[in-house]
Amino acid sequence: MPLEQRKLLTIVTEAALEHELVGEIERLGAHGHTITDARGKGGRGIRNAGWNLSANIRIEVVCTAETAHAIAAALRQRYYGNYAMILFFSDVEVLRPEKF
Amino acid sequence: MPAFDPIVLFFLLGLAAGIARADLRLPPAIYDFLTILLLLSIGLKGGVELAKQPFGALLPQMLAVVLMGILLPLAAYPVLRFAGRLARADAASIAAHYGSVSVGTYAVAVAYLAYRQVAFEEYLPVFLVLLEMPAIVVGILLARGVDRNTPWRVAAREVLLGKSIVLLLGGLLIGWVAGPRGIEPVEALFFDLFKGVLALFLLEMGLIAAGQMGSLRRHGLFLIVFGVAMPLVAGALGAGLGWMLGLSVGGTALLATLAASASYIAVPAAMRLSVPEANPALSLSASLGVTFPFNILAGIPLYHQLAEHIHRLGG
Repeated sequence: MPLEQRKLLTIVTEAALEHELVGEIERLGAHGHTITDARGKGGRGIRNAGWNLSANIRIEVVCTAETAHAIAAALRQRYYGNYAMILFFSDVEVLRPEKF
Repeated sequence: MPAFDPIVLFFLLGLAAGIARADLRLPPAIYDFLTILLLLSIGLKGGVELAKQPFGALLPQMLAVVLMGILLPLAAYPVLRFAGRLARADAASIAAHYGSVSVGTYAVAVAYLAYRQVAFEEYLPVFLVLLEMPAIVVGILLARGVDRNTPWRVAAREVLLGKSIVLLLGGLLIGWVAGPRGIEPVEALFFDLFKGVLALFLLEMGLIAAGQMGSLRRHGLFLIVFGVAMPLVAGALGAGLGWMLGLSVGGTALLATLAASASYIAVPAAMRLSVPEANPALSLSASLGVTFPFNILAGIPLYHQLAEHIHRLGG
């Protein structure tokens, strides 16, 4: 079975940004995304999802390396300064490359 | 009769449990559900009453209330900026929180008045809706000036399509269209259970407020002083306006409570996206950690007494 390399871009950030980020990610060429609710602790303190404004989300995007880097660059420039946000890449292998 | 409505005890329980780090946490979905029920109950109640009012007679009152919503943040801003030495964005954001309103505080005031059998104009939820928005616009203008890059569409979406406006306005419309008879089948859920729902909501609010105490300790005395002084000044202003508009004692107390309350749902969400450089921890620890508990525990009875005084003096 032939497998192809793609990047998995994972973004953990404030739930308040969800609507904006989804639009941005699609504009930059991702074909889809998965969002899960998340909670944890980081540089901006405990984000325990007790209520809306302390809620985090994790957005996962599987896409080509170019798209992943474009998204990362755009988010870094726009949101890193003022929002709680981390993002990281991992290598993944996919069965149906045309989907990503 | 105790000085405050026993429902406040649920808030104290939540606060104590939160401070002691007890193993207590309402699932976020339950908190959402309670908020939805409260917003709809308040909206429906107002809508039913609105049906009995000639709309034209309310218009001057509505304009006056909107004007108050614009003036409050304008008055708060210089205090925050110069006495508090806060950054421009932070001062503007906190000012917006205090110009806007808290539905939770309003609900407790309604319960307080009902407990003491004080009558009030039931259409006051209309003012609640009206007061939510102007302060946000003023806050954004204070933070950014007249800037073509201001994301007004994002802010408008956040406010107009946010939970509080949609449900309050929706409830008002449904109540207005359905009338008292039409609402009867759902009364058991929205009206009879109101106090129980409010009690659970306050329990969670206590936990949330306790969570703000830590950041309050970091941000110091000024926010605590402001968080108590601002509602007192605004409450007096609201009481004065209520009397001038010819509201009853109960209505005056409620308008004072609205003026004194600070937002923690609609404004934080809108400010987070429109003025991202403002630190949300500052405005939330003031509004949730100081002003909400103050209003619930001491403010509301005070505004009620104030309303009584003004009516006695002014006739």
